[in-house]
Amino acid sequence: MSRVGRNIHVSVDRLRQLAHRDARPRKIKADAGTCPKCDSHYSADEMSRNLRVCPACGHHFAVTARERLEQLGEPGGYVELWPELRAADPLQFTDLKPYAERIADAEKSTGMGEAIVCAELEVRHVPAVAAIMDFSFMGGSMGAVVGEKFARACDHAAQKGLPLIVLSSSGGARMQEGTLALMQMAKTVIALDALAEARVPVVVVLAHPTTGGVWASFASLGDVTYAEPGALIAFSGPRVIEETTREVLPSDFGRAERQLANGQVDAVVDRRELAQRIGRILHILSRPDVDPTAGTAPAGLQWAQGGAQKVKSMMDRIRPGSTDGEDAG
Amino acid sequence: MSDKKHGGRFVRKVAEKVRRPGSDAPDDDLWESVQLARHAERPYTLDYINRMCSEFEEMHGDRLYGDDAALVAGFGRFHDRPVAFIGQQKGRDTNERTYRNFGMAGPEGYRKAMRVMEIANRLGIPVVTLIDTPGAFPGASAEERGQGGAISRSIQMMWRLDVPTIAVVIGEGSSGGALGLGVADRVLMLENSTYSVISPEGASAILWRDASKARLAAQAFKPTAANCYRWGVVDVVVPEPEGGAHTDHEQSAEILDQYLYRALTDLDAIPSADRRRARRERFRKLGPLRDPESGMGMATGRETPPPG
Repeated sequence: MSRVGRNIHVSVDRLRQLAHRDARPRKIKADAGTCPKCDSHYSADEMSRNLRVCPACGHHFAVTARERLEQLGEPGGYVELWPELRAADPLQFTDLKPYAERIADAEKSTGMGEAIVCAELEVRHVPAVAAIMDFSFMGGSMGAVVGEKFARACDHAAQKGLPLIVLSSSGGARMQEGTLALMQMAKTVIALDALAEARVPVVVVLAHPTTGGVWASFASLGDVTYAEPGALIAFSGPRVIEETTREVLPSDFGRAERQLANGQVDAVVDRRELAQRIGRILHILSRPDVDPTAGTAPAGLQWAQGGAQKVKSMMDRIRPGSTDGEDAG
Repeated sequence: MSDKKHGGRFVRKVAEKVRRPGSDAPDDDLWESVQLARHAERPYTLDYINRMCSEFEEMHGDRLYGDDAALVAGFGRFHDRPVAFIGQQKGRDTNERTYRNFGMAGPEGYRKAMRVMEIANRLGIPVVTLIDTPGAFPGASAEERGQGGAISRSIQMMWRLDVPTIAVVIGEGSSGGALGLGVADRVLMLENSTYSVISPEGASAILWRDASKARLAAQAFKPTAANCYRWGVVDVVVPEPEGGAHTDHEQSAEILDQYLYRALTDLDAIPSADRRRARRERFRKLGPLRDPESGMGMATGRETPPPG
């Protein structure tokens, strides 16, 4: 073959992609496309295998609540709690669009009933109750349903003696429910105390963004608080601050890494390590049979025993004949 | 007692107003009540405290970082007994407004409040909070020192108190900054004050993407005392002198004094454990939703107007 006659191969897909890039503003969907930070391309499949973290630069994309449950627990291994609760419209609220219409639209586009999903699951063999927010449902805003489901999750966890895992991703209180949305802050904070009484820990994971009334209520009250890289964590968002005080804010204002330096979170945890980290801290915090403060073992408090047993049998398989299982249990 | 008669007359007047058909109020009235709630001549926290207490000692500083002038806290003698008073403080002239940061408290303010609450709880002194703020301070420094955590912990602390607690919305109560002092056994609200999730200006910028739609926002939120009573957010609507609290500070303080005294006396009679249980239930049931499972429209508000 002569040099001149050499074929040049160009992928049609690639040409189409390029055409799109020029033709219209890029809309980044969470499940396919281009990383807004480093511009690398990926397939939807690759992305979900990588837990919606950009394989090239580590940018964390938004994740739906149900997908979070799959990521944290065993595949398909969770039981959703109270999925039937729906928002009411106590104020007959209308801004640019009636609130009732907004809820219906959100339900249709997300396939979820509300901005929070509660479930019982096992994270790395440790049984727990999870309350997971979804930013795609009206900005993850907290109205009466989010407040009620969160409070029920607290009660449920306390009753069963299970730890609570909270994953927050929210713009704050749901304005369309007015003053009653504000009251959900009190409701959720009060509900958390059921866990304190049951002596079970609360692990909070702050995902992008955790702002407003959600940050100023239950999200800042975790016993252990992790944040995802790059997550905005603030009571007032940067735009509000700049408009009110005319301050010029640094570009990383309120971001997880900076909030770690400010002493507001315990660690910034990459999503790909999140389940393992949660499992580990719950395992560390799980008490032996004897409650050191009570001197006896109250029923229903050995919430990590199942997990410990599984780890022990796993260790036994790795090291057959190992007599001291203590280091694993 | 002449004071009591006084209170009664005003209560009846408010009751009539609320009972009036269509008291969801014409739109202009709503905007007017927002304006009235932040009238520059309206009595502020210290105006009430200094009139209601025979003596008052203000406490300063959160013992961690600094003192926040936007929130005042201290102990006073009220009807010959000690009461802890905590509230956001606004300023009247430009200098004072700046000094008080427009009543927008930072984390130091809420931590000071918590410090005073802790002392009150330990010494068995009831806590009264006076809410008057456009919101907690939105600033980078406040954020970096934990504004969110300060508010959530203040809410938590108020819920955990064993002593009787009363919160009063005396002017504008907006956002988490207001709720940080709002979790109490009894929540009172002055007739012309507002209590809302965000200031109308803030909502207009966020929901309408246009800062000039504050009037529309106020109409959508309907944050009046009558509505808050109907939603179950407040327990008692405290009447104001004819024309509004700004017309007569003395009388306003006198009326609030009577209402606080009555609420305190009521709460004294309830054992601490019962009071806390009721406090929990009070906030737990707020917020109507649809629960198809139990077939209820789970309405939680009141249908009836406040009793006279």
